[in-house]
Parts: sequence; C-alpha cells; structure tokens
Amino acid sequence: MPSLPARINWVPWLFSAPALAVFVSMLLTPLVLTGLLSLYVFDGMRGIQDTLTLHNFVEIFTDSYYLEIFTRTAAMSAGVTFICIAIGVPETLILSRMQGRWKSIFLLIVLAPLLISVIVRTLGWSILLGANGLINQTLLELGIVDKPIRMVFTMTGVTIAMVHVMVPFMIMSVWATIQKLDPQIEQASLSLGASRLKTFFQVILPQLLPGILSGSIIVFALSASAFATPALLGGRKLKVVATAAYDEFLSTLNWPLGAAIVIVLLVANIIVIIGCNRWVENRFRAVFEG
Amino acid sequence: MSFLSLKGLGKRFGNFVAVDQLDLDVERGEFISLLGPSGCGKTTTLQMVAGFIEPSSGSISVAGRDITNLRPEKRGMGVVFQSYALFPHMTVEQNIAFGLEMRGVSGQQLKSRVGDTLSLVRLDGLGQRYPRQLSGGQRQRVAIARALAIQPEVLLLDEPMSNLDAKLREEMHIEMRAIQKHLNITTVLVTHDQVEAMTMSDRIAVMYGGRIVQLDTPYNAYEHPASNFASTFLGKTNKFDAQALPAENQPSSRVKIGSHTLETAPYRLRGTVHAYIRPEKIRLSPAGSPGLSGKIKTRLFLGTLWMLEVETELGLLRVSAPNQDPLSHNEGDLVSLTWNPRDMQVLPAAEEAHA
Repeated sequence: MPSLPARINWVPWLFSAPALAVFVSMLLTPLVLTGLLSLYVFDGMRGIQDTLTLHNFVEIFTDSYYLEIFTRTAAMSAGVTFICIAIGVPETLILSRMQGRWKSIFLLIVLAPLLISVIVRTLGWSILLGANGLINQTLLELGIVDKPIRMVFTMTGVTIAMVHVMVPFMIMSVWATIQKLDPQIEQASLSLGASRLKTFFQVILPQLLPGILSGSIIVFALSASAFATPALLGGRKLKVVATAAYDEFLSTLNWPLGAAIVIVLLVANIIVIIGCNRWVENRFRAVFEG
Repeated sequence: MSFLSLKGLGKRFGNFVAVDQLDLDVERGEFISLLGPSGCGKTTTLQMVAGFIEPSSGSISVAGRDITNLRPEKRGMGVVFQSYALFPHMTVEQNIAFGLEMRGVSGQQLKSRVGDTLSLVRLDGLGQRYPRQLSGGQRQRVAIARALAIQPEVLLLDEPMSNLDAKLREEMHIEMRAIQKHLNITTVLVTHDQVEAMTMSDRIAVMYGGRIVQLDTPYNAYEHPASNFASTFLGKTNKFDAQALPAENQPSSRVKIGSHTLETAPYRLRGTVHAYIRPEKIRLSPAGSPGLSGKIKTRLFLGTLWMLEVETELGLLRVSAPNQDPLSHNEGDLVSLTWNPRDMQVLPAAEEAHA
C-alpha cells in the first residue's frame, strides 16, 4: 500500500499537555536530578565535589551494611505481601458474600486505614504495641506473660502496622476479580463431586490469581518504599532502604550516597514489578484475556 | 417405581412460597421439562434436586434412595448451567476431566473417557482450547460434555439453550434429545421456552405459582390444556369469556359467547367459563360460505405460515394459514371462519381451580 503523507494529530497531545507538564516538572525532573546527584563524589570535609564517579553504587553493592538494609527491606515487603494475601483473600471472599448494609459497613472498616493520616495511625499502633500499651497490659493482667513483650522497634511491630495499611490494597484488587466470578461455577464444581475445600483451591482460587498477583505487586512496591511506618515503629536499629536514604540526606548529609540508595531502590522495584507483570501476562493470557 | 421422585417438595423464602408442595415422578430414562414463566419456581425446584438449595419441606429420592439431605457433591448429578459455568482457567479437556478426577479416575482410563465424551458432543480436536477461545455453541457442548462425563444417573439442565441464537438452539434441541436417548439418561430440563420443552421432552410439567398445573406429554399438554394458564402459555390461542350451557344429551357441549351459541368439546362445568380455539384449528373460506363471518384486519407473513387477525362478532380472532399456495386473502377482505367443534376447549374461568 502506498504510504500516506504522515499527518500529526495534535489533539491527543493537546489534551495530555497539562498532565505531561506536571509529570515532567514535578516527577521526571527531580528524578533525573537525583540520578545525576548519585554520580557525584562526596567528601566528608568539603561536601559535594564536581567529579563524577560510580563509587556510591560500588559502596552500596559491596558494603554488607547496605546489603543488610536491602535484604531486610525485601524480607519485610515479602512478609507483608504474604500476610496481606493470607488475610486479604479470605476477607474479600467473606465481604463479597455479605448482604446489603453489612457489606458497606465492613467495606468501610476495611478501607478505613487509608483514610487516616499515616502519623496518627502509626502513633496509634505504638500506643497499642508499647511496653505499657494496651496489648501488653491486657496480657499481663490475664497472666499470659510475666513481662511485657517487646513489639515496638521490632520487625513484628513494623510488619503488623504495615499489614494494617496494605491489606486494603489487596482487598480492592481481589474484589475486582471476585466481581467477575460466575457464582454458578462454584455450583458446577460441587455438582461434579468436588468437596468445598477442593472447589476453593482448584476452582475459585485459580480464578482469583490475577487479582492476588496484581494486589501483591502493589503491596510489595509500596512496602519496599514505605518510610513513615518503619521510621516511627522500627526506629534507628531497624533501618529499611527508605529510612537509610533519609539518614544519608539529613544526618550524614551525604546526598550523593542517599541519591544512589534511592535510585537502586527504584530500579529494584521496577524490576520486580515488570518481572511479575510479564509473568502474570504470559501465564494467564489465554485464560483471562478480554 | 419411578426413578427420580419429588414428594411434597416445598421452598419458602421468608413469606414468599417459591415451590409449593410439589410432587413429581420421573421414570428412568425419561426426559421431563419444567416449563413456566420466570418466578414460577422451576429453577428453585431444579436447585433443590441438585442440592444447591435446601428444601423447606418434602423429600427427594433417586432410585428409591432418599437424597434430601445429601450434599450436592455427593449426589452425582450432571448439571448444565445457563451460564455454562465452565472453569475458565482450565482447557476443554481439563474441564471435562474434572469430575472424573474427583472420582479418582486417572491415567489411560481418564484419557479415553474424556476423548469419548468429546466425540459424543462432536468437539474432537478442541480439547486443548480454553473456554474463552470457543464460540457460544461450542461452550454449550463443553458444558454438556462435562456433565455427561461423570455418567450421572440424573441430568439436570437449567435453561441451557437460552444464550444461543435461534438457529443454533433448534439444532441443539435435536442433538441434545438424540444424546439423551442414546445414553438413556433421566433428564430434567428447566425452561421458559415452550418450543424447547415440546421438542425435547417425553413429558412437560407446566409450572405456575410454585406448583405443577399440568403434567402431560407435549401433544396432550398442547391439545388438551388443563388450565387457563397452560392453554395460554403453551402456544397461541384465542380466548373467550363464555357462559356454560346445560348439556342436552348430545355428543358435544355448547357455550354462549355474547349472543352466539357455539358447539364445543364436551365439558362438565357451570356458570362463567373460558372457551379457547387455537389459530391453526380455524379454517378460512370465502365470504358467504357457512361459518362465522369476519374481516381481515392484519396479515403477517411468518415464513411457514400466515398469521391473520380477523374482526368478527366474537371479537378479534387470530387465524393461521399454512404457507402452501399464495394466500388469496388481503387485508380488508371479508372471509368466513369455520372449525371443528371438538377443537374448542372449555375451562373454568376461576384461575387454577385444580391441577
């Protein structure tokens, strides 16, 4: 076919211009600057030098201190993701079977953590989990423990508080897939002789997988870059990547290293997200497309 | 003794009686249709037989065994759903194999039974496809194959053809009936489509208000409807308000419609009644011939027949004429209508007086 002279359609560009302007000025520019910053040399006495280097990245990848922080962050994110699946999927199933008013009330309760400021929510948890907190006092009163359990400034505390705010993302994601389920499919499975347990694991759960996986991607990515909750409940000792970067910027004033940490986190996150997405798409193309 | 037996089966949802003291006996290998409009309780009845809904009263038994309280997964009934309810994450073969695997069938036996079932519904070669990659008609066949693969004693069909287009539906009626006869499988079909019920069934249970108002062969249910509901729901008919006239030792009875006295099929009723005559029982003859005279108001061509609306002294009558020769009557023409008196059925005017 003879090619027609190319005509540029300006309308889509025009309509996306405001969003594009915001995106470029508020996100892309700082990101590029951060990327550049990560390549500068930092001298403890004289500050940021005008020489470019990969030293910051070398330090992150060779120093076991950073390896520990990255490993901890990955482990925490993975843990939060798994607990969110374990809590979120059954919760969504129950929610989807509720009727009318109860359904809206419980949905609101489930989504409530997202409506509360992160600081208020986290301080609330530290009151609950503290050595003199409600949970420890109750346990002591009941004689279940003889000295308070340490929960604040532990991985357990951070994980509990993270799960609290991440579960809504999992529920919303699974909710979207549950709405598409055909209720007769469950009956079909039963009529073919599958027990309720087998029906769940072989028929219902596989159909929820796309929702669970996309929920997991969201939860993992948000957990890996979470700052406030690990900072307030994890403290100095339990550093994660986001708090480590914060410390480099504000305590050590080693901005280039902080920038490098942030860039590594960003790239790692992107790799995980794209990798999962690819896998999901390939795995389920024939089944759930369209 | 009948194979599938429902005794005094009932289901209430709060104050609403969905199924009311329903009795039904289905013989082994028989094809029965539960036919009725939506809300008549036919689907609820099927769901109780399948075990998805717990009956409020009554009992269900198969081959003399009471299954009323048996869980659906223990009943071993083949169910074909309106939405087909195929497992979207499994291939056609996996869908069909599912029920067999649940019964512990494996290896070569599993493979050959899946293959046989695929051939039975003429889906050879499509075993590796996913449901999404199939057409509506093919999905329907997979659903039937999946239900038949477990060799159920009873096959339950829940409006299985309602998502197919008209032509495909007709083909499936014939094929489904052939498969059912070939396997001699006891089948209960739920449908609101009277053509579907008539083509496939040995007997039709016409349902209304949670009860069976007539249980008969398709021919008898159509020719001799036992209630006003059955006569208007099954096929088209002309209905008249009439007065019963005392019998006078004649082979036929008579009714009074307006100022006219007409001969009818024999009946034993008094007072206000309804009289019915089917459009295809009425014959057209040129104006001036003996019979009821009228004027053609509308004329519709339906392919196999002409449907006419004729204005008469008894009211507007629907008359159908087979499409044999070009119809010589036009709209506005005067005609004369005749019919055999025994084709005029008389039923009590009180709705659903008895089943």
